[in-house]
Amino acid sequence: MYDMKALYQAESVKDAVGLRLAHPEAQIIAGGSDVLVQMREGKRAGAELISIQTLDEIRGVSLDADGTLRIGSLTSFSHITRDPLIRKYINVLGEAVDQVGGPQIRNIGTIGGNTCNGVTSADSASTLHAWDAVVELTGPEGVRRQPIHDFYVKAGKVDLREGEIQTAILIPKESYENCFGHYIKYAMRNAMDIATLGTSVNVRLSADKKTVERARVAFGVAGPVPLRAGTAEKLAAGQPVSLELAERFAQAVKEDINPRDSWRAAKDFRLHIAVESAKRAFIEAVRLAGGDL
Amino acid sequence: MSKSVGKSVTRVDAYEKATGRAKYMDDLCDRSALIAKICHSTIAHGFVKSVDTSAAEAVPGVVKILTCFDAPDIEFPTAGHPWSTDPHHQDVADRKLLNQHVRYYGDEVAVVIAEDEVAAAQAVRALKVEYEELPFVLDVQEAMKDGAPQIHEGRSNNILAHSDVRRGDYEAARQEPGLIKVEGWYDTPTVQHCHIENHGCFAYEEAGRVVVVTSTQIPHIVRRVVGQALGIPWGKVRIIKPYIGGGFGNKQDALYEPLCAWCSTQVGGRLVKLECSREETFVSNRVRHAIRTHIISYVRPDGTLVARKLEAFSNQGAYASHGHGIVAKGMNAFPQLYPCPNVECDSWTVYTNRPSAGAMRGYGIPQAMFAGECHIDDICKAIGMSPLEFRRRNLMPMGYVDGFSKNELYSDTFNQCMDMALEKLDYEKKFQEYQNQTGPVRRGVGLAVFWYNTAVWPISLESSSCRMVLNQDGSLQFQTGETEIGQGCDTAYSQMVADAVGIPLSDVHVVSTQDTDVTPFGTGAYASRQTYIGGFSIMQTALALRERILAVAHEQTRMPISNLDLVDGQIVRKSDGRILKSLGDLATESLYSLEHSQHITAETTAQIKSNAYSFGCSFAEVEVDIPMCKAKLLRLVNVHDCGRLINPALAEAQVHGGMSMAIGYGLSEELKFDEKTGKPLNNNLLDYKLSTFMDHPTLEVGFVENPEPTSPYGTKALGEPPACSGAPAIRNAILNATGVAIDSCPITPHVLYRKFKEAGLIND
Amino acid sequence: MEKHQIQYQTVRFNLNGKDVERTVDVRASLTDMLRNDFRMTSVKKGCEVGECGACNVLIDGEAFNSCIYLAVWAEGKKVRTLEGLLGPNGELSDIQQAFVDEAAIQCGFCSPGFILTAVEILESGREYTDEELRKLLSGHLCRCTGYENILRAVKKTMYKRLGKDIPQ
Repeated sequence: MYDMKALYQAESVKDAVGLRLAHPEAQIIAGGSDVLVQMREGKRAGAELISIQTLDEIRGVSLDADGTLRIGSLTSFSHITRDPLIRKYINVLGEAVDQVGGPQIRNIGTIGGNTCNGVTSADSASTLHAWDAVVELTGPEGVRRQPIHDFYVKAGKVDLREGEIQTAILIPKESYENCFGHYIKYAMRNAMDIATLGTSVNVRLSADKKTVERARVAFGVAGPVPLRAGTAEKLAAGQPVSLELAERFAQAVKEDINPRDSWRAAKDFRLHIAVESAKRAFIEAVRLAGGDL
Repeated sequence: MSKSVGKSVTRVDAYEKATGRAKYMDDLCDRSALIAKICHSTIAHGFVKSVDTSAAEAVPGVVKILTCFDAPDIEFPTAGHPWSTDPHHQDVADRKLLNQHVRYYGDEVAVVIAEDEVAAAQAVRALKVEYEELPFVLDVQEAMKDGAPQIHEGRSNNILAHSDVRRGDYEAARQEPGLIKVEGWYDTPTVQHCHIENHGCFAYEEAGRVVVVTSTQIPHIVRRVVGQALGIPWGKVRIIKPYIGGGFGNKQDALYEPLCAWCSTQVGGRLVKLECSREETFVSNRVRHAIRTHIISYVRPDGTLVARKLEAFSNQGAYASHGHGIVAKGMNAFPQLYPCPNVECDSWTVYTNRPSAGAMRGYGIPQAMFAGECHIDDICKAIGMSPLEFRRRNLMPMGYVDGFSKNELYSDTFNQCMDMALEKLDYEKKFQEYQNQTGPVRRGVGLAVFWYNTAVWPISLESSSCRMVLNQDGSLQFQTGETEIGQGCDTAYSQMVADAVGIPLSDVHVVSTQDTDVTPFGTGAYASRQTYIGGFSIMQTALALRERILAVAHEQTRMPISNLDLVDGQIVRKSDGRILKSLGDLATESLYSLEHSQHITAETTAQIKSNAYSFGCSFAEVEVDIPMCKAKLLRLVNVHDCGRLINPALAEAQVHGGMSMAIGYGLSEELKFDEKTGKPLNNNLLDYKLSTFMDHPTLEVGFVENPEPTSPYGTKALGEPPACSGAPAIRNAILNATGVAIDSCPITPHVLYRKFKEAGLIND
Repeated sequence: MEKHQIQYQTVRFNLNGKDVERTVDVRASLTDMLRNDFRMTSVKKGCEVGECGACNVLIDGEAFNSCIYLAVWAEGKKVRTLEGLLGPNGELSDIQQAFVDEAAIQCGFCSPGFILTAVEILESGREYTDEELRKLLSGHLCRCTGYENILRAVKKTMYKRLGKDIPQ
């Protein structure tokens, strides 16, 4: 039994927005795998909850008319992994969220919850950052779109405004077209774990597969929020594909990341793993894109 | 002659457990129960000055709040040891139901009894505890220093106990010219049992007595401890033990049964349930002792051990629980496993401000084997000898007899076990192949052996009692005080009973539940004693029952007893093999006879003054990704000589579980504490890295069956041994792969990163 | 402290093939409701935060940790527990029998959760490698078995249902 003051169950997105306005102190609950755990710990004990768990209208993956890939915020990790559009356009996201917790967590956990938590270790976050995802928020004024980089304000805090709920994660066509990516979750166990470090790299190669047109890399747990490593990205853009490039690219990520010392892992260790993971993820992304290394 | 023993029969409780019908503690508790929740200390050391209960009292649904100022001023022991009537050998009584002097972050300060769990939790959060904080100490050697915080009165330098072993003359022997000195410090972590069912219990009063239904391994011992803790006669306490969801030694302690029983007595005998959360299980139950071991060996270049020294420092945590028994067991293994003429051993058990350490699968041996078997490979590296060859030369030989326990090694067990394991792994070829690899990803193989002895004689009492009751249809119920905790002893016992009495297994019904009002006295499940110790009382009681049955058969058939036998549930005339009647007909006639009615039963107690070595080994193969600082376990092979197997399938399953625990011990598990506050950092199943399905390779198991001559069934320990040698085997495989000798477990990526950097394998 | 106004809600759902309804405190987890209101003893509590898998049930065919699932969310769902696998005369299903035969059960506390995840795996009708099976079963912790015999039981049943021999 949860120490919950009240439960408001939204019947629709509009209803959810209304409930948010009526109960500004209430916590939104999607899948529950984070909120209920915190409530039991005592952190959110006594809180009011707005459940959006049953809003099927924001569940599922589709393509918008302009080719934007739309992932409803309540889509569970396991459904993302299995979805044919995800597999076709951004398979790495499916692979990344297939490493969240275990199967039951992947059935209940949602991509919206994973991002609204604002935690740096979220397995979806680094890939969404690396693919310039856009967050769709629905509020009393209608729909607002915000690049995911800006959505993350600070550790545990996202830009979710009064009356808003997150309704979708969008991947613009320009972002996914001809892109191939690889995610490395570095954790202490092979299942049921949170990332010590998450590394997501994607590349777009030239038609002859000899040149890196664009490389993007983002990390989780390399700073208080997920972050991109712009120096490495600039370094790789326009460069011929080579193992030496992979090495330089990986070393360059140190310019932009800032992991901290904690009881979970030391800063120097995380830095070391970030470089090695960036290298391996880059090589794998190039390989997936048809590059020869 | 044997029909059931030795066969892989289905577990007697399999159907109940496969359907979810088996009743565990919480399944038996009426939903009307009041809920007790504990307020734990949020400092590592100090005194509770006051507890302001006013806000908590105001929480609707709160029935009673009891604080450390209300608890009886009685210190009691908790260890699941047989009681000693000699005061000098009794367990240390050093904790109260609730403590004003709190000694670790998580100590019991107060308890709330409420109508539901939410109200109880709210009230616990609303309690305002005022402390006088004292300095605390977490490290075992720091705690021994002069001036360290004093955790218990009268324990100078926090030393709970010290013991030693001396053989020959270490100081003189090490002067021999040409000796190679090998020295190492080895650290093992604080880990927790992590049985999937947390400990919990419920209590109520009935007819002036307190009844506790509890998830325990040791119901009869818990009865005594509840009596001691509450200061009431032991006969006023009744303990019932249903199915339990694992124990592994944590539940070989009186945990919260005394507190829960007391709570019930404070609310007029109402039903009170106290369930530990997972977070509480990690911190406020028991943990495995972290032991730091220092070993020095003087070796001749040919591999002869000349002189050896061992110092072991055991981190007891806040309360004595099983105390010195753990490190002492490990220390005593040291001079036996690799006999050496000149040995000096010292071990200390030291209080610190960590959670209390108690029994855990292996009871000091996993720690001792990690240190000892890592050290053996360090010797091998220093003198350039193969780890296999060194062990063949130096391990305890067949015919070895220990002077204290009188244990004898009756067979060439070590060589037989190692031979089987090395063949499975193709060890010798791989060991050579994996020397001097280069490149980022390397493989290695390693081995470790273990020493274990069954049961607790002659350190303390070994006895077992058994009762058998014959039914009218010729089937029987039997009971022992030794408990089923998942390991399968109900099934093994049923097989033993069937064969010893001479009836089919289907006619044997085990009473799985122990109820101290009706179950004959037995000390419970621990020390891998079940099949060995239980075997004596089962055999003895079966013989007594047979004698009575045959006496009745004589009355009923007029055949002399000497010409009668009971075979497969039939009374048989030996001279011609003719079946005279079924046991069912005999029992019915006996019970309802108007001339001489008898209920045929038997009950005996066997005291056991023997003990048995149970040895074996682990062989591991790893793949080490150096830049990623990861060691992946590719294969793990365990081979055991636990005597004759009672049930091979269940024996293999037991070994799997122990190997799994060893994998976690070797690679991932460690309960961590904040150095600044003493607060546990990872007391949950997300942050504490219990190994998952995906962290296991296929587990390979072999058995060498040398029947144990002292056991009526030729059997000996198997419950704990599988957890003892896996971790050092993995460590030694990493050494083979990389040349890097790790001196602590778990060997996590954090550890590998530091060690690889030191070794120059990683250059950041 | 102010008295909490208990909020009740009636939940209608299908439990093991039977339509049921209960009025529950909205604060209840699905574990609470199944254990307390329906006395489903197969639904175990091991951690109550979704880490151990002991409370696993199937909801519309997918495995969920019922401890972190609100009871009211079960509205309109098909919920299956281990109790639903038994035949009318108490016959074990094939996967339960395999757990028994392969000695995959020890203390028995994790077994119901594992068996239900195995049901989801088996009902997919697909053939999985050992590695895939390990991953699909990785949401459950077990301290007794080392997972070895559980893998054997699931694998054996999978091949049996597929009508194939277990490859060597």
